[in-house]
Amino acid sequence: AFTEKIETLVLRRKKIDEDFYEELEEILIGADVGVNVVMELIDELRTEVRKRKIEDAVDLQPVLSEKLVELLSGKEDNSLNIQESGLTVILFVGVNGVGKTTTIGKMAHRFNSEGKKVLLAAGDTFRAGAIEQLEVWGDRVGVDVVKQQAGSDPAAVIYDALQAAKKREADILLCDTAGRLQNKTNLMEELNKIYRVIKREVPNAPHEVLLVLDATTGQNALSQAKLFGEKTGVTGLVLTKLDGTAKGGIVVAIRNEMDIPMKFVGLGEQMDDLQEFDSEQFVHALFAG
Amino acid sequence: MAAFEGLSNRLQNVFGKLKGKGKVSENDVKEAMREVRLALLEADVNFKVVKDFINKVKEKAIGQEVMKSFTPGMVIIDIVNKELTSLMGETHSKLNKSNKPPTVIMMAGLQGAGKTTTTGKLAKYLQKQNHKPLLIAADIYRPAAIKQLQILGEQIDTPVFSLGDKANPVEIAKQGLQQAKENHNDYVIIDTAGRLHIDEDLMNELKDIKETVKPDEVLLVVDSMTGQDAVNVAESFNQQLELTGVVLTKLDGDTRGGAALSVKAVTGKPIKFAAMGEKIDALEPFYPDRMASRILGMGDMLSLIEKA
Ligand SMILES: Nc1nc2c(ncn2[C@@H]2O[C@H](COP(=O)(O)OP(=O)(O)OP(=O)(O)O)[C@@H](O)[C@H]2O)c(=O)[nH]1
Ligand SMILES: Nc1nc2c(ncn2[C@@H]2O[C@H](COP(=O)(O)OP(=O)(O)OP(=O)(O)O)[C@@H](O)[C@H]2O)c(=O)[nH]1
Ligand SMILES: [Mg+2]
Ligand SMILES: [Mg+2]
Repeated sequence: AFTEKIETLVLRRKKIDEDFYEELEEILIGADVGVNVVMELIDELRTEVRKRKIEDAVDLQPVLSEKLVELLSGKEDNSLNIQESGLTVILFVGVNGVGKTTTIGKMAHRFNSEGKKVLLAAGDTFRAGAIEQLEVWGDRVGVDVVKQQAGSDPAAVIYDALQAAKKREADILLCDTAGRLQNKTNLMEELNKIYRVIKREVPNAPHEVLLVLDATTGQNALSQAKLFGEKTGVTGLVLTKLDGTAKGGIVVAIRNEMDIPMKFVGLGEQMDDLQEFDSEQFVHALFAG
Repeated sequence: MAAFEGLSNRLQNVFGKLKGKGKVSENDVKEAMREVRLALLEADVNFKVVKDFINKVKEKAIGQEVMKSFTPGMVIIDIVNKELTSLMGETHSKLNKSNKPPTVIMMAGLQGAGKTTTTGKLAKYLQKQNHKPLLIAADIYRPAAIKQLQILGEQIDTPVFSLGDKANPVEIAKQGLQQAKENHNDYVIIDTAGRLHIDEDLMNELKDIKETVKPDEVLLVVDSMTGQDAVNVAESFNQQLELTGVVLTKLDGDTRGGAALSVKAVTGKPIKFAAMGEKIDALEPFYPDRMASRILGMGDMLSLIEKA
């Protein structure tokens, strides 16, 4: 499952030597795969090469592919935890501007097309125009938005939305939250409060807490995954903006250190630009162009 | 945690072994350079930029200075720090100003980088210096982008020009500029939609806006958490638009911000502002020396020095 970069490397180098490893390292680091993971990976490759007595670069290709795909696919189920009957609550969290609100719009469209009754909660009461943005998405998709005024308590909005969802017998409630940097203690506590309200109001909820990551983000995404994970029990990752030239390789590092599965990828700004995560395709793209 | 131990710690580990041995060898320097390299990569500096940088520093380090020193680690940090700072621009550079007002500033960048927020902050910054900016809402694509800018404008009592989201952005910019002239606004800031540098249609739109309004500043807004791709983005925007400067956002986070170095290295354009939060006054002039220390993970050292 390898393309361009690795193929040219393999064809050009032929032999596995120090220069080969260095170039391989650069390809991986260039795709934002975490520095530590890259070093570990290359160490493992060195061991494999010795053990299997591999000499030609070509023969290393499948070994590397295998390792990366294995790391990313994991044993757990990558699909969303949707309730057979009754309400499913999905909470979206992440730093500023990564694509939370847009992903909610896309996901609402997806569920709506499946015939599910979807409700959106405008839990970002802070950023200028955030509520209006979600309302535009609600209109586009044809689903209702539960909101309060700008500046109101986000936990109260979510509480309202939970009650509305129960009353209207909605299938899916998608909760938007304001973007926040993971090192802001107060804002992370605020998020934790939202999380606790959901836990309290609906048994077994939130059924998913999706951390939205921007593919252009470098090493910082690792710290995002750790700290959001601690405060909100993240259950899955969404990687957005993969339609650009960034590879989003940092999720390899995240998967290496944490047990959070990749669930969806964002590939544009339109309603349909959301796809289920496919580890082979992702690894393929990691080495493309 | 390895990722957050600063360069000084890393070098201490290398040279700590020297105690008693007395002399620094060329090998020691090489090992130290490997640590410098890792520190920069962990800070998200692009690997190609790192390569050039390391070669430059190595030359200096292998020279007399380090080999003779009793504190080789400190000497290397000093060399690295100086090189980084000079690469990033020695002093902080100011906004361009037109001698025939209004001064026109155009914002550009990837989706979600912080253009609209920075537009509001810049207006506030200019207001404090007794200027009268007009904001132009030229993002017709993102849901509620115009509303977002209008809310920011209201917060700081600054007019926002808009023709809604059905008009052409080039036309919006043109008419907005006209209105600024009529109303004697001495600054105009054009907020544009986020776009990918590889999106030809949208990049052409920016070129057209630029042709039409002839801006004094074309600012690329870059998220400081950006990884290796920062060079592609910056290079491409610069090639297509001839940037005049860069704004680095979200520096209130815990990222090292190596993207700053990447962007500067490939565009040669100065970073003019650092955005440090979501609030409207969280915008500061950019100081290259502080950024250098931050990238190297020596923020603590710097604040210690400042306290003393
Ligand atoms: N190219 C591209 N743009 C995207 C994608 N997802 C979101 N965006 C854009 O990224 C920008 C930010 O998206 P939002 O959905 O507002 O992000 P957010 O995380 O809700 O932002 P805050 O609420 O301000 O923290 C918008 O311009 C979106 O259109 C994607 O997959 N690809
Ligand atoms: N913490 C922090 N957040 C920031 C900063 N600058 C912008 N933001 C936030 O980042 C998110 C995106 O900012 P916007 O100004 O909407 O970004 P944009 O580039 O205009 O986005 P598009 O128009 O969708 O391309 C918002 O949540 C802002 O509040 C900053 O310096 N620090
Ligand atoms: Mg949002
Ligand atoms: Mg904007």
